[in-house]
Amino acid sequence: MKPSTAYSQYHPKWHRTRVSTLWWSRKWSYLKFMLRELSSVFVAFYVVILLLQLHALGRGPEAYLEFQLWLQNPLLVVLNGIGFLFVLFHAVTWFNLTPKAMAVRLRGRRLPNVLVAAPNYAVWLAVSALIVFLLMRQG
Amino acid sequence: MANRSNEPFLWALFSGGGVAAAFLIPVLLFLYGLAFPLGWLQPPDYERTLGLVQHPLTRLVLFLLCFLSLFHWAHRFRFTLYDGLQIKHLNPAINLFCYGGAVTGTLAAAYLLWTLP
Repeated sequence: MKPSTAYSQYHPKWHRTRVSTLWWSRKWSYLKFMLRELSSVFVAFYVVILLLQLHALGRGPEAYLEFQLWLQNPLLVVLNGIGFLFVLFHAVTWFNLTPKAMAVRLRGRRLPNVLVAAPNYAVWLAVSALIVFLLMRQG
Repeated sequence: MANRSNEPFLWALFSGGGVAAAFLIPVLLFLYGLAFPLGWLQPPDYERTLGLVQHPLTRLVLFLLCFLSLFHWAHRFRFTLYDGLQIKHLNPAINLFCYGGAVTGTLAAAYLLWTLP
């Protein structure tokens, strides 16, 4: 290997400006990124509630009633309200990624982003309606 | 093959969890977190809920929802700490907390769904 192409162990001192820990708070688009990432905390939070529900369900009607009363705790209702907004944000940002991840072409022309994301919303609506139907059906 | 990494596998779980969480969690959290506790809608009773969850298909969907969503959280939260707060020196502890938590939750979901009466 010629000396000029060999890897040099010597580096002049790197110059890097220090990035503040709060770098994401300065600009709306960065803040949006952090909020989107934080939505995952509420995704996990919901799974914990679901696990508690399954646990109560397995222990019998009284334990399940207790679980339902526990969900009425005002603090938990507020937390669930915030969590709902975060998971909505997760869903919308996730669905809108589809046109960014793939460019759909029809007769040589690129389909508008709105049309590529639209099927996600249609499926979302159908799945949500099915769950409401299954849970609310009488008898 | 010297640099084989399990990052693509973890990313696939993250992505699958993103899809599962986006389709299922908003409506479930709205119903069980807001609409039922606040009395906007009448929740299904114990027998009906148990009947619904006992169905093999429901068990499978709920298991996948727990499993994938937890790995979605683990992956995203790990990088939130890494990029956002720039905590790099705690990487092994953070990985253990995130993926360890996801594995624990997944096992709990499997156990609870399996032992349901």
